[in-house]
Amino acid sequence: MIKDVISVGLPVAESMDIKKNRLLPLTLTGKEKRICIVTGIHGDELEGQFVCYELIRKINANIQCLNGIVDVYPYVNPLGMESITRRIPTFDLDMNRNFPGNEEGDMAECVAATIIDDILGCDLCIDLHASNIFIREIPQVRISQDNLNTLLPYSKLLNVDFVWVNDSVTILKSSLVHSLNSLGVPSLAVEMGVGMRLTKEYGMQLVDGLFNVMKELGIWTGEVPPIRKPIVSTDGQVEMIHAEASGIFVPAISHWKGICKGDCVGDIIDPLTGTVKEQIIAPCSGTVFTLREYPVVYTGSLIARILGGTGLC
Amino acid sequence: MLKETIYTLDAPFRANMNIYGYTFGNGDKSACVVGPTRGNEVQQLYVCSQLIKTLAQIEKNGHILNNHEILVIPCVNNFSVNVEKRFWALDKTDINRMFPGNPLGETTERIANAVFEKTKGYNYGIQFASFHTPGDFIPHVRMMETGHQNTSLANLFGLPYVLTRKPEPFDTTTLNYNWQMNETNAFSVYTSATDQIDEPSARQAVSSILRFLTRMGIIKYNCHNGFIASVIEEETLLPIRADVSGIYRRLKNPGDEVQFGDTLAEVIDPLEGEVISQILAPSDGIIFFAHTKPLVIQNCVVYQLIKRLHE
Repeated sequence: MIKDVISVGLPVAESMDIKKNRLLPLTLTGKEKRICIVTGIHGDELEGQFVCYELIRKINANIQCLNGIVDVYPYVNPLGMESITRRIPTFDLDMNRNFPGNEEGDMAECVAATIIDDILGCDLCIDLHASNIFIREIPQVRISQDNLNTLLPYSKLLNVDFVWVNDSVTILKSSLVHSLNSLGVPSLAVEMGVGMRLTKEYGMQLVDGLFNVMKELGIWTGEVPPIRKPIVSTDGQVEMIHAEASGIFVPAISHWKGICKGDCVGDIIDPLTGTVKEQIIAPCSGTVFTLREYPVVYTGSLIARILGGTGLC
Repeated sequence: MLKETIYTLDAPFRANMNIYGYTFGNGDKSACVVGPTRGNEVQQLYVCSQLIKTLAQIEKNGHILNNHEILVIPCVNNFSVNVEKRFWALDKTDINRMFPGNPLGETTERIANAVFEKTKGYNYGIQFASFHTPGDFIPHVRMMETGHQNTSLANLFGLPYVLTRKPEPFDTTTLNYNWQMNETNAFSVYTSATDQIDEPSARQAVSSILRFLTRMGIIKYNCHNGFIASVIEEETLLPIRADVSGIYRRLKNPGDEVQFGDTLAEVIDPLEGEVISQILAPSDGIIFFAHTKPLVIQNCVVYQLIKRLHE
């Protein structure tokens, strides 16, 4: 059942419509649990689109196994997605710094408040992100230390490779998940893949995780495949590698692979002089869970994140 | 006047970006002034340039008082100004959301850190900033209510209004907020314009800084006393919204006094030309902020009104 969450008139003969697809069991008892899947807060993050498609397709193919309510919000920043704009076009605001919003506020604030209001009362919300155009992430859940006890059990059900307990920007105050957690809705931020691209295998992996968590909540009664056990960041120390020169980054390693201290992560090269400006060396042994995708770097650009203590060195 | 490079960033395809600081006088760190952190803040850049020009003359005349040092950083984000992008052109981050910065962090965190470290410890910090919503303001001094703010000091700029604001979570990464947290008396000065030059309000802004520096005993400069400011809390401003989207026709400007029921603006059907909405004043008062874009989206704040205030 497709519903308009909010519709806002635009200046010239158009409205901006944020939609959701509500999937209901064949028989309603009034006691169903509800899960919300949100994606597209950032207009340049597309990985969630395939997840929504595949999730809805599989539920509809086995609708008799649905025992709860699934609300799917595939594009909550539709203008950003259409215009390949991370932020909300015309306002130039990051939607994920705008929650919980304000019903009486301008379009961005009103939209944020309406989305929160629509989600409130559900048993679990999952906000799917796809990094940005600069760095590639392995499927991971990010949770804050404050909500560790509540959210870690859900995180382990989602078939992700990694759970990062960290106050990163995806879960900062003013974000959707922080606002919902503050309002009593357990909410997880998932990061995976890279902006402006779609990684089918990551999508399939997460869909399996969504069915697994729905089964745990009693929303799904069908079979689910075995899921992987994620590494949790508290198992080791996360090391960040930033560029110390500007130029073109050429990686020497692969994503989500082990690396040993002293290995070459990659070079920052100068295409004008044909020289290497910086050879980046791994500061520790571990596993690379974030890797630079966009080659142009300035001094300070994030190159990689390594979870130390997890490799075979 | 001493011109120095505060921070240099090398770039893959462009010349180095140098952030310059201009120091006047010497001695105690008395006041620092910081210009645009965003690439569209051309008015703020212009104001800083005029301030540097005037301070150079004041110093030449021997009118920087003993044991006082003034630092002006006229532009923090040359790269974005030069390519006419509001935010950092590569990753769209906002330098004024990166303070106090991090010397080992992302590019804009490093820039913010360099500026913060250089400006930390001054008694007074003045930033020429712009608001995230495009529009025109009455010139004013803005302060955050951190518990360290001093509106009496803000009054010494002689601008017509001082506005205080309760900080939101995203405000805690601004330069103003971090100055206050580090015991600098911090002020943000807003002029009428941002991405175009408005000479009268630029002159007013330069005068307001010189007036403040004079009153704090940092320089000797004869100027008009300016205004005794009305102090306003941001939450008392009355937002006035458009009820429909369309082409926007503004009828009132910042500073205008309006009466209850006055027509402030019209929204016009963009295809058929008819007026589809009239935006009326819900109260007597003075226009503090006015939307400037030619189009408007429903619910957008088109004016902020200082209620029941008269000229």
